[in-house]
Amino acid sequence: MVLKKENIITRKSLRLLVGLFVLAFGCETVFAGDAEIDVASLKQGLDTVWVLIAAFLVFFMQAGFGMVEAGFIRAKNTCNILTKNFLDFCMASLAFFLVGYALMFGDGNAFCGTEGWALAGLGDKTVSGIPVYAFWLFQAAFCGAAATIVAGGMAERMKFVGYLIYSFLISALIYPIVGHWIWGGGWLSSMGFYDFAGSTVVHTTGGMAALIGTIILRPREGKFGIDGKANAIPAHSIPLASLGVFILWFAWFGFNAGSTLGVNNGGFDIGRVAINTNLAAALGGIAAMLTAWKRFGKPDLSMAMNGALAGLVAITAPCACVEPWAAIVIGSAAGVIVVLGVELLDKLQIDDPVGAVPVHGMCGIWGTLAVGIFGKKALGLANEGFIYGGNPMQIGVQMVGSVATIIFVVVCMGIVFKLIDVTIGLRVSREEELRGLDIGEHGMEAYGGFQIFSTS
Amino acid sequence: MKLVVAYIQPHKLNDVKKALYKAEVYKMSVTNALGCGAQPAYEESYRGIKFEVNLFKKVRLEVAVNDNFIQRTIDAIIEGAKTGKLGDGKIFVVGLEECIRIRTGEKGNDAIG
Repeated sequence: MVLKKENIITRKSLRLLVGLFVLAFGCETVFAGDAEIDVASLKQGLDTVWVLIAAFLVFFMQAGFGMVEAGFIRAKNTCNILTKNFLDFCMASLAFFLVGYALMFGDGNAFCGTEGWALAGLGDKTVSGIPVYAFWLFQAAFCGAAATIVAGGMAERMKFVGYLIYSFLISALIYPIVGHWIWGGGWLSSMGFYDFAGSTVVHTTGGMAALIGTIILRPREGKFGIDGKANAIPAHSIPLASLGVFILWFAWFGFNAGSTLGVNNGGFDIGRVAINTNLAAALGGIAAMLTAWKRFGKPDLSMAMNGALAGLVAITAPCACVEPWAAIVIGSAAGVIVVLGVELLDKLQIDDPVGAVPVHGMCGIWGTLAVGIFGKKALGLANEGFIYGGNPMQIGVQMVGSVATIIFVVVCMGIVFKLIDVTIGLRVSREEELRGLDIGEHGMEAYGGFQIFSTS
Repeated sequence: MKLVVAYIQPHKLNDVKKALYKAEVYKMSVTNALGCGAQPAYEESYRGIKFEVNLFKKVRLEVAVNDNFIQRTIDAIIEGAKTGKLGDGKIFVVGLEECIRIRTGEKGNDAIG
């Protein structure tokens, strides 16, 4: 028995050695005993592992979103927001399996895909060089991220059952159709529109859905005074929110670097994506902190954290086609945009408790346009970016894609939210809102045993 | 018998406890409280919006004393809590009708001591 085991181990390590040998010397095929290992299947295996690791990281973003949103709102609604974050990923998984994937990546027309419902018959197929099932998980995690952005923007007053319906519909229909236009071979991708990891597909979609949702839902009780001035409704846990931002930053390395869908070009591609992602986040944090410091007199941590997320959102589209210095510029601009965006929404009396619209909506648009400004043809773009020779072609295409997505999402989600509003109701009662949605919607508290009281 | 109720700055609680101990007053109740008096409101800011905080965090101290202990209790609280600035707090002396020790059923002065 022992002998046999040792024997197996030796053979395994031999194969491993041979595998390394193959990688090192680039041989086409090598025979190791009776087993045949070829480079193509090794590459597919390596790429699949890479994409799945990235998918697991993107899944972890749900935790990040949950912590950020829970931290930024009041204690009495914590259980509610976490239930929404939890269940929207569950709903997105189901919806994206049954309908979403086919609409997004199935063969079809320029508007949407029409094949591959419930992944039927795709178990042994590959897409972009990796198995469909692995690719599906990566894309489903993206879909969940788009859905969960909205929870923060509509926090502290939206009915739970309405949220469940919304999250199924966005994951089954709206997100996949935008995705098909850009990543599934639809009309925007034929135009040369470039969105590497989803500034438009994921973030503009989620941010704009949050915008129209929070407008239809109207502000929280007490957010705006009779004179129309915004009141502060302070966060209940800055430590939770900070943890959430770090989780998101960490998971974003999977979001962006995983979108290479493989370890191509000797690792240079994921290297570029990773450094750009990190630099944009860092500069977003610095720029937002400095902007808040200058405008409000103190370095507001909640703004600095929004700034890092803004930088991440903005670099998501251009991360593979720009130089690191451009990532610094893109991230810095995003940090400024997010602070001004929060102020603008307060002026317009639009209540977005966690800054979902400035972070994902506005900086999603900025990142998409940044492709047309800083992108390089040598790195896979259809045209040179504006600063390399002054050609406005790419920025024009980016603008068309961004505007088309905004209009589509605002109209579709506006209809969805309105329908929910007139049928089952979108908003909880005033009494329930004052008491907190934890008790009203779920009959339980997030902090059982703690006496939480607030005088504001 | 009197009940001495004092609202003091939370960070002065330790000094008050020391002063009371020196005055041989060993029994007290302490609760957290919010209140406003002469101390001016201050501003906090969250996401660019400034807001006024006018209910301050205070500590409410209650000491039930026999008549011969009233003055030294008051003096000790003042000694420990006074900084000379607005917001130092107030002391209220309230008549106490009865006091009963639950464990033994003792009443009045015996129960307090």
